[in-house]
Amino acid sequence: MTKISDYISKNARQNVVEAIKRANDNNEYHALLSLTEERALERADAVDRGEITGRLAGVPFVVKDNFLAFGAPTTAASRMLENFKAPLQATAVEKLEAEGAICIGKANLDAFAHGGSTENSAFGPTLNAYDKTKVAGGSSGGSAVVTALDIVPFALGSDTGGSIRQPASFNGVIGVKPTYGTVSRYGVVAMASSTDTIGCFATDAEDAELIMDIMAGKDDKDMTTLPDFFKPAEAKSGLKIGLIKDTMTDDVDPDVKQVTLDYVELLKAAGHTVDEVEMPIAKYALAIYYIVVPAEVSSNLARYDGIRYGHRAEGASTLAELYGKSRDEGFVTENKRRIMIGSYVLSSGFFDAYYLQAQKVRTLLVNEFNKLFEDYDVLIGPTTPTPAFGLGENVADPIKMYLADIMTVPASLAGLPAISVPAGKSTSGLPIGVQLVGPRRSDAELLALAKSVEKA
Amino acid sequence: MTTDEMLEKYDMTIGIECHVQLATTTKLFSGADNDARNREPNTVVNPIDFGLPGMLPVLNREAINLAIKAGKTLGSEIAHVSRFDRKHYFYPDLPKGYQTTQMYQPIIIGGLVEAPLEDGSIVKVHLHHAHLEEDAGKLTHDSTYSLVDLNRAGTPLIEIVSEPDMHSAAEAKAYATELYRLMTYAGVTRGDLYHGNMRFDVNISIAPKGATELGKRAEVKNLNSFRSVERAADFEFRRQVELLEKGERVVQETRGWDETLQKTNSQRSKEDAQDYRYMPDADIPPVVLTDEEIASVQADLPILPSAYRENWKALNLDSSVVNAVLNYQPVAVMLDAIVERYGATDIARRVFHWFASLQVNDQDVAAVESGLVGPQRLSELSMMLEDNKLSSTGAKEIFLDLFKEEYLGKMPAEIAESKNLLQVSDESAIGAIVDEVLADPASAKAVEDLKNGNDKVIGFLVGQVMKKSQGKANPALAQDLIRKKVL
Repeated sequence: MTKISDYISKNARQNVVEAIKRANDNNEYHALLSLTEERALERADAVDRGEITGRLAGVPFVVKDNFLAFGAPTTAASRMLENFKAPLQATAVEKLEAEGAICIGKANLDAFAHGGSTENSAFGPTLNAYDKTKVAGGSSGGSAVVTALDIVPFALGSDTGGSIRQPASFNGVIGVKPTYGTVSRYGVVAMASSTDTIGCFATDAEDAELIMDIMAGKDDKDMTTLPDFFKPAEAKSGLKIGLIKDTMTDDVDPDVKQVTLDYVELLKAAGHTVDEVEMPIAKYALAIYYIVVPAEVSSNLARYDGIRYGHRAEGASTLAELYGKSRDEGFVTENKRRIMIGSYVLSSGFFDAYYLQAQKVRTLLVNEFNKLFEDYDVLIGPTTPTPAFGLGENVADPIKMYLADIMTVPASLAGLPAISVPAGKSTSGLPIGVQLVGPRRSDAELLALAKSVEKA
Repeated sequence: MTTDEMLEKYDMTIGIECHVQLATTTKLFSGADNDARNREPNTVVNPIDFGLPGMLPVLNREAINLAIKAGKTLGSEIAHVSRFDRKHYFYPDLPKGYQTTQMYQPIIIGGLVEAPLEDGSIVKVHLHHAHLEEDAGKLTHDSTYSLVDLNRAGTPLIEIVSEPDMHSAAEAKAYATELYRLMTYAGVTRGDLYHGNMRFDVNISIAPKGATELGKRAEVKNLNSFRSVERAADFEFRRQVELLEKGERVVQETRGWDETLQKTNSQRSKEDAQDYRYMPDADIPPVVLTDEEIASVQADLPILPSAYRENWKALNLDSSVVNAVLNYQPVAVMLDAIVERYGATDIARRVFHWFASLQVNDQDVAAVESGLVGPQRLSELSMMLEDNKLSSTGAKEIFLDLFKEEYLGKMPAEIAESKNLLQVSDESAIGAIVDEVLADPASAKAVEDLKNGNDKVIGFLVGQVMKKSQGKANPALAQDLIRKKVL
């Protein structure tokens, strides 16, 4: 696979033309919803004329289609925003463009980022880069696949409960979900405000580090961004690493467990110590997640009402009908399911029993992580319980689909940095990822560790 | 049933929620201009107010400071940690599908407003809390369509929630009026009532005298004048008494005020109440304030009406006079400067009365604020009257002239001279006129009567002197001279 450095100092127009050709050649994967060819070529020419310079001058990339960006509609893979043209760009996109990077297209996702397979896209699923009968994972499935297919050296995603890490694992690329607040959420279609994070896919940890270094930082437009802290680091020696036993149960695919244990051996060989640790509260993480996140989803999707922009139903004769029909037609089933769950748990009389209770348990989860980080520098486990599952396999069973997030959700709820690194393959040749989780703001240390293992 | 009979049989209980539009430069969560007066619809709206996808609120620090000022003005406690929550409902004037407000941890806790009534008594109204929130936009309905204007969407408000401490329409009006004084003095709001800068929701219930439980309440929403607060409360009292007297029940509901018909009408009942699905807003970190931050904002507070009332106590003014001049902060500031200089004297007292009798308009206030009508001119004018250089009518005339465009900036003496209003206090000049009047045969009878001890006729003689002097003679001096010469 190519790296960012392979594109630097090349003719930018040629970089873009070739990337777009690769995108078109791989059309069958349905990883991209749109190409931003015209704008990409204009920017490439500006780079070639020396008008745009920077650390990513002329490097093509792709953004998940829930990032507001110029050159194509921002659809969030929904009928609701099918024709929505953003009047401004996400801070993350602006920062990359300021370094000369060139966005060539917008990647498929589960509509409004609700899902773990990209099958909830209103425009059809993305296929796994290694096996076209398998899912790409999600919700940032398109971004993972364009990186895995080497169409571009990196792509942007958003991760609310595993939406970067899980597809990264399914497609054999590195996926970075930073500490909550590391990268501005401004200009990214909101899913769940308290766990949404902006991260990236890359072919190795070094490239991921560069992209995170560029995107990270305080943004006056997002009050939840943290003061600048991200600094590329060198791997420390003799780290204390905890292998989370609760993620290595009999329910987990044997290949996944084996690949994880192999990675543990690599870490040990590099001079780190690895102990098994227990995290009993992890089993409640999914329950917390599917209360808190739908609650926030139901709130964040309230603005899509067909009044000011987005899909507006024809033929409504009352205001209630206009709302009802527009939202019915504009949202996919999974969107509606989460809106209903969220509205239910926030209802008067249920708020305390569900939402508040879930937030309390969430605090216990944070405390348990904090306690583990008193003794350990990094926690490790599989990113997903299985390799990529078959297309359509879990569609009829939302609970089974939700279970695919079981390993990734705890770090999201606690706001911790977590990365999925490609660690091996299953017997049937599907990629398997291992997840590294660190304390808040240890993002650069996690990437440094991944880098050192890659090199070993 | 007469009102008196009603009042004898029933108690009324009133609580008021008041929305105060904050005088910030920009909106609560965006950089859009916060003054949408006289602007074309939808021209003071940015992507955040519009609720575009991916937009995030950026809390306006100026709004926090004004909330602190408001709280400190209301004798409240300022929360060291307050938070924002989302209140959900669908309506076309609400771009995000929720209003950002403070449901669980408001910034202002408790407080007390001591509102003076016209009879000189005071009603003490405790406050439950006040919270920050954003305003919604505005809809204009036509028969076949509705228009949405989002200019006002995102405007910062504080909602001040009182305890049900008022028991008459007059008390409700007094509270609303004092709240207005406090909020405008503190600079919390521009106080433009016409443009809805302060809106009152008045909750009214009645119960038979001596009852231990409050009756079902009706909430009259969106009143924007003190008079309508009073009249709506009054109307509701009668309406509810009449219902009970007929053996019917008062239902808990929201009512509107019809300014034309001067009555309230039902809008929606409690049964239609929405479930707002309140939840914490994760996009806005908690507002954390230290004692030092609160103190530094408090240090900027101006003198409040209560302090002026205290300062002016020695003048022994009627409370209606004090309240009238307190309605306009620049007037109060100016009058206080006069009191400071002249103390509890007639010189100061007179200026208060002039102002209390003036129908003050915005232009007058501007003249005071700019200093064109200030302590110097007004005390000079008052002293001219004191020194008999002007008659009281002459002085009042010049007081009004001071605000007129043609005289703006002139000194009272100049105006008096140009209008020929100066009184003659020269003894020999007046003496000559007195002699003339006494020698006039028409005065002969009066002079005779005066000599015989009928003191009342002196008024007639003084009147003659005034007439002859074309009103310019000092009447007191004329009287003295008449007495001296006749007796």
